[in-house]
Amino acid sequence: MTDKKIPNALAGPSRRAFMAGGAALTASLFAPKGLRAQEFPTAEVNTTGLAVTDDAVTIGILHSVTGTMAISETGSVQAEKLAISQINAQGGILGRKIEYIQEDGASDWPTFAEKARKLLVNDKVASVMGCWTSASRKAVLPVFEQHNGFLYYPTFYEGLEQSPNVIYTGQEATQQIIAGLDWVTREKGAKTFYLLGSDYIWPRTSNKIARKHIENFMEGTSVVGEEYYPLGHTQFNSVINKIRLRKPDVIYAIVVGGSNVAFYKQLKAAGIDPAEESPMVLTISVTEDEIRGIGGENIEGSYACMKYFQSLENENNLAFVKAFKEMWGEDMVIGDVTQAAYLGPWLWKAAVEKAGSFDVDKVRAASPGIEMTTAPEGYVKIHENHHLWSKTRVGRAQADGQYEVVFETADLVEPDPFPEGYQ
Amino acid sequence: MSASSHRLFSRQDIIGFAILAAVIFIVLPLALDSFRLNLFGKYLTYAFVAVGLVLCWGAGGILSLGQGVFFGLGGYCMAMFLKLEASTPENTAIQSTPGIPDFMDWNQITALPWWWEPFNSLLFSLIAVVMVPVMFAFIIGVAMFRRRVGGVYFAIITQAFAAILTILIIGQQGYTGGVNGITDLRTLQGWDIRTDAAKETLYYVNGVLLFACLLIAQFVRKSKLGRLLIAMRDQEDRVRFSGYDVASFKIFIFCLGAGFAGIGGAMFTLQVGFMSPTLVGIVPSIEMVIFCAVGGRLSIIGAVYGALLVNWAKTSLSESFPELWLLGLGGLFIAVVMAFPNGLAGIYAEHIAPRLAALFAKRQTPAAVPKPKPAE
Repeated sequence: MTDKKIPNALAGPSRRAFMAGGAALTASLFAPKGLRAQEFPTAEVNTTGLAVTDDAVTIGILHSVTGTMAISETGSVQAEKLAISQINAQGGILGRKIEYIQEDGASDWPTFAEKARKLLVNDKVASVMGCWTSASRKAVLPVFEQHNGFLYYPTFYEGLEQSPNVIYTGQEATQQIIAGLDWVTREKGAKTFYLLGSDYIWPRTSNKIARKHIENFMEGTSVVGEEYYPLGHTQFNSVINKIRLRKPDVIYAIVVGGSNVAFYKQLKAAGIDPAEESPMVLTISVTEDEIRGIGGENIEGSYACMKYFQSLENENNLAFVKAFKEMWGEDMVIGDVTQAAYLGPWLWKAAVEKAGSFDVDKVRAASPGIEMTTAPEGYVKIHENHHLWSKTRVGRAQADGQYEVVFETADLVEPDPFPEGYQ
Repeated sequence: MSASSHRLFSRQDIIGFAILAAVIFIVLPLALDSFRLNLFGKYLTYAFVAVGLVLCWGAGGILSLGQGVFFGLGGYCMAMFLKLEASTPENTAIQSTPGIPDFMDWNQITALPWWWEPFNSLLFSLIAVVMVPVMFAFIIGVAMFRRRVGGVYFAIITQAFAAILTILIIGQQGYTGGVNGITDLRTLQGWDIRTDAAKETLYYVNGVLLFACLLIAQFVRKSKLGRLLIAMRDQEDRVRFSGYDVASFKIFIFCLGAGFAGIGGAMFTLQVGFMSPTLVGIVPSIEMVIFCAVGGRLSIIGAVYGALLVNWAKTSLSESFPELWLLGLGGLFIAVVMAFPNGLAGIYAEHIAPRLAALFAKRQTPAAVPKPKPAE
């Protein structure tokens, strides 16, 4: 206990000093430092009747904290609350503290729609951090568009969407997929791919993009199989047999949720050890959160392609991981989506300060071009299409449940939610 | 049997209907803002299912754990029409194939499937809202009741149907929207259903339809058919030996409940703006039985209150305690079932009705009205 406490006590001030430094940096980029509410009268910064007072602004947090999705979405809620408390510690937004109203989507899409309406119509929240699954986003989208709300959506997803009322802080499919396929072909000499996924829109769309890229945009590569299984499916023996017959170089797996546990265990039991890399396993659906359920020893040696890993060694991330664990416990792990959720409140703060207003229309207009240099994943920037420019990385799963970063794109990858040639 | 029991409405029934009408058409609209009123509109769509369940389960003894299937079928029929209307070539110009629903385009489907075509017609869709669930219930009913499958076996089979339909919808996502469901519904014949004014209108339409269903249910219960149903529930073999075709009556009442559920599903789609498989599966189907149980499975009016109360509790508990509300709700169910096995209607019949009747009697002609008789 004492061992733990001493470094924490020592680290506390330095972390704060660092965060303050980060804030100064952010502030110097977007607005004069030390904003006071008096300089921004409520009547001027809020012309549309949002929940903004002279000393507080209310936003909504809308995730599932009960039901099957709770295990995935809890990390996002925690990251958002961390960001809010850090922003408040720095003096809030336009001199106002952020208060939040948390609602439970209960892993149920109609409930998401109901709660979204409640937050926008009843509570008049200035923005909402929320949703995780595509289904929940699709359910709330008409509500946000009708009531002109503003949603920060953290999950990597299938693309094919670009709402004026949403900022997508996760990667859309092409950002996540193409760099990984290029890497595995270039560095590992992979020629043949077996595509596999859970049966819903995200894996199907992602595999569609992967197939187009493999067949049309790379030399000498081909898809030797493509298969889908219902959500929650736990019998992968037949597909594993097919994989052994066709001997692909890469198993491209987009299996989600609890199915992952069965999939990786059965893979290993059938003698396909990802660590031996014949075939190698490349996934875009397993973050550190999922590894906790799968077990590091079952997935060790698989590769994941996404924009963030907890093990990233840059100052922003070290501070973020430390702050996250201080707030929520030492045994927490942080996955890609959790980090993306953490960006939401910060990007909103930057946009509000750039706009000098909480009005949704002005925040929207101010959003494209917003940069964030303090993001744990590194530097990100909001594109005209409301997605983020971000780097894509490949990590190799370790037995301890963390990823070792083995590749990172040199430049930021442009988001392209409606990719031409991939439809 | 006294003459009064043949009448469609006893005095108590009239009081019950009048109070419910006052609550739905006067109290709620006056007391709630448009957001909350819309929520209550959504709760009332579940009341259709609960009323159907009172007929099937409470009166007929047929416990269906698959009413979500019929609710979902009705809702999907409505959603298909609305989705086609929303998917004009102009609205969907960004797609590879403009003019088809967006989720079809995402799934590389390039032409509208033939069985979607009829849903371009509002009339066909409205008929389908009722007839598709009824036909499906008819097929299940014939298959089950003709073979004298009943009781717990029937309940389990209906649950299986709920699971099957959910898997089917999720699996055929190119044709059904999959897990996401059919979303982003906008207009009904050009009338924007997303505005507050439209939601208010839909609330009243919903209320009127619910009352129509309640009247049908009341008629069924008071008719000879209603008495036969109760006889079947209590002594099925005796009814059969008396020469009645038990299966036909069961099929009829099961179809009626399915039709009600279908209407409820369609109104749900209109008021909430989408339809998804989460409303079809086992969990929502069981929830619907809970609405009915809380309201009182013997009372059609009680079922409406049950649906309102449970859903309202769900909403307000989850707003106040986002991380603990499910426990609270579970506790509420247990408390109600333990303390009041006949639900809200039981509380009313035991404690409130006698006093109300006494009050009513005093006001009118104190001497002439006899005390309310015990339930017959």
